[in-house]
Amino acid sequence: MATALKINGKQHQVDLPDDVPLLWVLRDEVGLTGTKFGCGVAACGACTVHIDGEAIRSCQVALSDVWGDVTTIEGIGTPDAMAAIQQAWVDHQVAQCGFCQSGQIMQAAALLAENPAPSDTDIDDAMQGNLCRCGTYPRIRAAIHDAASKLKEA
Amino acid sequence: MASVGKILRRTFLIGSAAIVGGVAFGAYYVSRPAANPLKPAEGETALSPFVLIDQQGVTLFAPRAEMGQGVRTTWAALIAEELDVELNQIRVLHGPAAAAYYNSALVGEGLPNKGYDISDFQHNLGEALGVLGRTLSLQVTGGSTSMKDGFERMREAGATARETLKQAAADRLGVDRAQLKTENGAVIAPDGTRIPYTELAEAAGQIEPPEVELRDPSNWRLLGRSLPRVDVVGKSTGTAEFGIDVRPEGLKFASVRINPKLGGEMKGFDASAAEQMPGVEKVVDLGNGVAVIASNTWLAIQAVEAIDVDWGDAPYPPETDAIFSEIANAFDASPNSTMRDDGDVDTLPDGATEITAEYTVPYLAHSTMEPMNATALFTGSALELWCGNQAPTLVQIRAANTANLDKDAVQIHTTYLGGGFGRRGELDFGEIATKVAMAMPGVPVQTTWSREEDMRHDYYRPGAMARMRGAVKDGQAVLIDGKVAAQSCTQQAVQRYTGLPAGGPDKVLVEGFFNQPYAVPNYRMSGHSADLDIPVGFWRSVGNSHNGFFHETFMDEMAHAAGRDPLEFRLELAKAEHAPSAGCLQAVKEMSGWTGETPDGVGRGVAMTYSFGTPVAQVIEVVDEDGTIRIAKAWIACDVGLALDPGTVEAQMFGGMIYGLSAAVMGEITFSDGEVEQYNFPDYDALRMHNAPVTQVKILETNHHMGGVGEPGTPPSMPALGNALFDLTGERARTLPLINQFNLLV
Repeated sequence: MATALKINGKQHQVDLPDDVPLLWVLRDEVGLTGTKFGCGVAACGACTVHIDGEAIRSCQVALSDVWGDVTTIEGIGTPDAMAAIQQAWVDHQVAQCGFCQSGQIMQAAALLAENPAPSDTDIDDAMQGNLCRCGTYPRIRAAIHDAASKLKEA
Repeated sequence: MASVGKILRRTFLIGSAAIVGGVAFGAYYVSRPAANPLKPAEGETALSPFVLIDQQGVTLFAPRAEMGQGVRTTWAALIAEELDVELNQIRVLHGPAAAAYYNSALVGEGLPNKGYDISDFQHNLGEALGVLGRTLSLQVTGGSTSMKDGFERMREAGATARETLKQAAADRLGVDRAQLKTENGAVIAPDGTRIPYTELAEAAGQIEPPEVELRDPSNWRLLGRSLPRVDVVGKSTGTAEFGIDVRPEGLKFASVRINPKLGGEMKGFDASAAEQMPGVEKVVDLGNGVAVIASNTWLAIQAVEAIDVDWGDAPYPPETDAIFSEIANAFDASPNSTMRDDGDVDTLPDGATEITAEYTVPYLAHSTMEPMNATALFTGSALELWCGNQAPTLVQIRAANTANLDKDAVQIHTTYLGGGFGRRGELDFGEIATKVAMAMPGVPVQTTWSREEDMRHDYYRPGAMARMRGAVKDGQAVLIDGKVAAQSCTQQAVQRYTGLPAGGPDKVLVEGFFNQPYAVPNYRMSGHSADLDIPVGFWRSVGNSHNGFFHETFMDEMAHAAGRDPLEFRLELAKAEHAPSAGCLQAVKEMSGWTGETPDGVGRGVAMTYSFGTPVAQVIEVVDEDGTIRIAKAWIACDVGLALDPGTVEAQMFGGMIYGLSAAVMGEITFSDGEVEQYNFPDYDALRMHNAPVTQVKILETNHHMGGVGEPGTPPSMPALGNALFDLTGERARTLPLINQFNLLV
């Protein structure tokens, strides 16, 4: 039986078993590969997406349990029209290998939506579930602060 | 178009070839044309391009693995500097596997010198030996060599292309080439008219490239500056394509399980349950493991885990303790190498105080963020393989052998790498994907390893031990006699890559051990090769990753025994041996405001390792916060000789340090019943946002030769942290990981 999902504002009918995690629906069925597979056990944050605006590890949400509208990294901006948080990532040259950065950006976007002026401690608390093996943490922190101040001006 | 004969007589191997509607500039393979990735028309000469210009625009090729270190950007900048193009106006591609993309710097690293002490003659010899890199088809990204390799050749490629395009414009305008200038992808005529390169490309393809001279660095506009990375927009928008993101038409998804008793056989399996599971299309017998091809990666993972397999035993002792007993036994055999043997270490100088220490560090996983994967399409007569990898020509040969095809029938597409750290220089993921795709000819199949499969089937950084003996007298180090024992990852890798047994002294086993720039009169450093069959490989900074810890922890112990400040103790010894290394120590001393004193509840440690041509000194500060120890601050100074992109150097120095600190704090691969006991990040974690130190990086450029940047940040981090913990607690860290001994914030 097909399951209906709204992803990045668009309706999709997905014909997969109910227990397939949202991550693998996005990547292998819908073709949205910006959301990454890192661990499958909610320990790295690479698969972070938004469901109704909340940052969620998509590897832990079964298809039948998706409770709202899904937004992925592709849904918040594009190379030609980047979101403010993505522009901050570019301005601070955050990415190295880049594999974790979709998840980092989605986590940071949810943080800023909830807390427009996060402190360093707020950033530590919100971001420590997102692993980066390249060690881009200082630039992530700087990019979040920068995006916060730009969003405040806007 | 230049004939091959003429090109061979040229000093530089940068030639040109006409292509449809344009021109390509690139390298030829030794004394004959390489198989041409551009597939020229019949009768045309083949070459591997670094610059390709046609009506559509300018494309630069950076045939090195972009795994985060910024190589695609800086490699392109070397070409663009001379070609006069802007990086945001052009395309940069990796290009195919090609022998002409050999790494000229890698083989030179194998010379048995210390590195910091080499003369210009030896330096040139190293570069000449680098030619071996191309005859061995070593299109490899590793050893922190990319900039040493590309520095001359890529600027030559850019300059050759520029002057040829100018000649085409000069011919069209009827003026002398010297009257023309170039700027942002165009030739500028004396009257100011702009002629875009794209309009000149076809004519340029008919002109033999003129001799070129490289610009003086004082005229550089790109090199030496922090440039926007060419991959940063893609990696900030989810549009950069990693191996796991490749989506050819009709793609199927597979997952794999290989014997967790590493190297053991598969006696048999029962896949009857897996075959009935949703989405499953095929179960594949890989000989030493099984794979499942399905309609979705997750369904494939579920099914492959449901296969009941009878695994054979591992060819090594099944428990960690027994493995380390074998490593310790290596000390009893004669050394594999003694690359430093200065003075007389057997006689204790009169009045000197002798100290000894033994150190142990564990096996380590690479743990890249992107699990191992590759995508293959096998048609019966040809194979296409997509993956992030550090050695395209070796992947090509392995895949061809696996599929029983000629090498030329195998096309390799190298994507971005979701982390490499040495893991993606291996060939197993490409070989497995090839075998899986061969079970479904005509259908592209992506084989993705679960994180657990990735963590438990690595080529691990070898576990290692050191036995150190030293002596101090009058506040000075007068004797160091060190022995390191570990598996030789070089010998194992050569055998794995070539099928040939490897022997002889292994410099990698003792790098960071025998070649440290300290003036100690009696100094002998030996490597002992442990005979074990655990798969081991190249882990960021390789031998330096354990030897840096051994050497620099022992230097601290000697300083303590001598009653000296550990930074001043090192500084004195380094000043007498290698000024750039001393400069790094001096820099971290000033940056950190080092006084040798710290308040209660604060500890500081220092370490310095010379590796890959770059000395790096680090000071680390730890703070006791109600019984939990935080790594609060760090200061890094490196001397890279020439920083082609300071922003990238800074990122690599910090990232390299975090990679090392992560291992030092909590990295440990252990074995039970022949199987790796760590499955996923909860068992093998790394530093994160909240426990990474606030860090300052200083880049020095006094070193005579250009050094690497991707790896040298890693080795000194581990001893600097251990030494800081000693300063804080009075307890010496002689075994890693530190979490087993100290209550560090995780």
